Amino acid sequence: MTAPIPTFEMRGLGLVYATSSSPVEAIRSLSLSVEDGEFISIVGPSGCGKSSLLKIIHGLVRPTFGAAYICGTPVNGPRPDVGMVFQTPVLLPWRTVLKNVLLPMDVQRLDRSVEARARELLNMVGLAGFETRYPDELSGGMQQRAAIVRALVHDPKLLLMDEPFAALDALTREQMALELQRIWITSRKTILFVTHSISEAVLLSDRIVLMSARPGRVITVFDCPRERPRSFDDLASPRLAELAKAIRHGLDTTQLVTVGGDD
Amino acid sequence: MTEGASERLNYEAAAEAEAATVIAPAARRSKYQAVSITLVSLVVFFGAWEGFIRAAGIPSYLVPPPSAVLVALEQNMTSLLYWQAIGATLGEVLLGFIIGSVLGIGLGVVLALSTMMNRIIYPYVVALQTVPKIAIAPLMIVWFGFGLQSKVLIVALTATFPLLVNTIAGLRATDADRLDLLKGLCASRAQTLRYVQFPSALPYVFAGLNTAIVLAVIGAIVGEFVGAKQGLGVQILQANFNLDLASVFSSLIVLGVIGVILNASVRAFERRICFWSGRRQG
Repeated sequence: MTAPIPTFEMRGLGLVYATSSSPVEAIRSLSLSVEDGEFISIVGPSGCGKSSLLKIIHGLVRPTFGAAYICGTPVNGPRPDVGMVFQTPVLLPWRTVLKNVLLPMDVQRLDRSVEARARELLNMVGLAGFETRYPDELSGGMQQRAAIVRALVHDPKLLLMDEPFAALDALTREQMALELQRIWITSRKTILFVTHSISEAVLLSDRIVLMSARPGRVITVFDCPRERPRSFDDLASPRLAELAKAIRHGLDTTQLVTVGGDD
Repeated sequence: MTEGASERLNYEAAAEAEAATVIAPAARRSKYQAVSITLVSLVVFFGAWEGFIRAAGIPSYLVPPPSAVLVALEQNMTSLLYWQAIGATLGEVLLGFIIGSVLGIGLGVVLALSTMMNRIIYPYVVALQTVPKIAIAPLMIVWFGFGLQSKVLIVALTATFPLLVNTIAGLRATDADRLDLLKGLCASRAQTLRYVQFPSALPYVFAGLNTAIVLAVIGAIVGEFVGAKQGLGVQILQANFNLDLASVFSSLIVLGVIGVILNASVRAFERRICFWSGRRQG
């Protein structure tokens, strides 16, 4: 009886980068194993290396120690089976919404059937009818929806999201979180979701990874109840409220430690 | 596509209308005022010029009155020879501009992409640029003769540099997030250029084209001054030699109009190609 290969895994991941003064240790011995279809949130104080972590998994930055594995193979550079949503939409202003969303198809020379999938996804996120519009004609929330569709259009095994709703207003953020939950329930993608928002993490996740301040380490991994869908009202239920409280407490503790540790 | 474009315009119009609701009447009035002030001052200026020359009795071979310039302009405009001169100069400007632009953009791409080529070639480019074109012009005449070739080369040399510099700047200024996006999609270098770097650099390239088209007219006239069989520069030299200053002034006006039209054409082209630039970024 062998255990199935995890969709995503990291073993002893560490990152040290050189600066003009002294080397900075951004991440220290991170290990995590993620099963197929899991929604994992990564929460931590600012500067804990969450974004660096996603860049490593995305293949844009090489780790100093250890490695990340996707479906058992180590990440040595960008790979076509990963989708990424950045903090800002990063849409190309000279391409229409549909052409933006189809960028992975153009770059990876996928066949035209992807276009049908793109239209379906646009429809799902409420962007039907906006295919021929240009990004600057869309609101911030709509732009980020298009960016999510672009990250999903080539059907990646793993979706990385780096604080995707950070630039949006509070109301749009909540709508987007609920929408992401809907997308996840229908697609069951494996998602690594970096966020600053505890309520977003509790709403969406199967497991929540709490990271410490620099150097970033895993402090605790919280298990969430599996029932779906959840609403923001559900966050008031005793179990979820307890969970949010525990995460908030954990965050406060690591931030206190940072203040002490910097001296 | 057309539908998308018109919707885009509607959107723009709506946004403008929204922004302008409060101040629209005042803005329109001040726009009319601005135009009428320009016109009135123009009439006053030429009137004063004409009046001063008549009152002071300055001979028209020293400073021609506007009326004489108008007469000379009309004479030139009805002469086939003069239209041939305009054609010759325009031909030099356009040919040289196109050759210089292609050269500048091409070289810019090479220098922006290869550090080694940049180290080897860039010093020569800068050295060549610091030498005034008028100093090279006699050489070109010796090498390529009094015909079209030498002038086209001089124009091309003047037009190359702004495009070279702006192409390099544009390609290097590509947003880091956009580069990460392409890299993350496993794009090749050629694909990154095609999908992100070239389009991102276009507004810079057009800024270079705007500068180059003006420099191209200067280059053509410089070339013609140094040695040419025909062209507006030749017309100016001949009229100057004959102390026909009214004709000189009229040629200057024609040159000015040509410059404005060429510049406006480049800008119109820019608005078509870079319709997204200067707007909110996605």
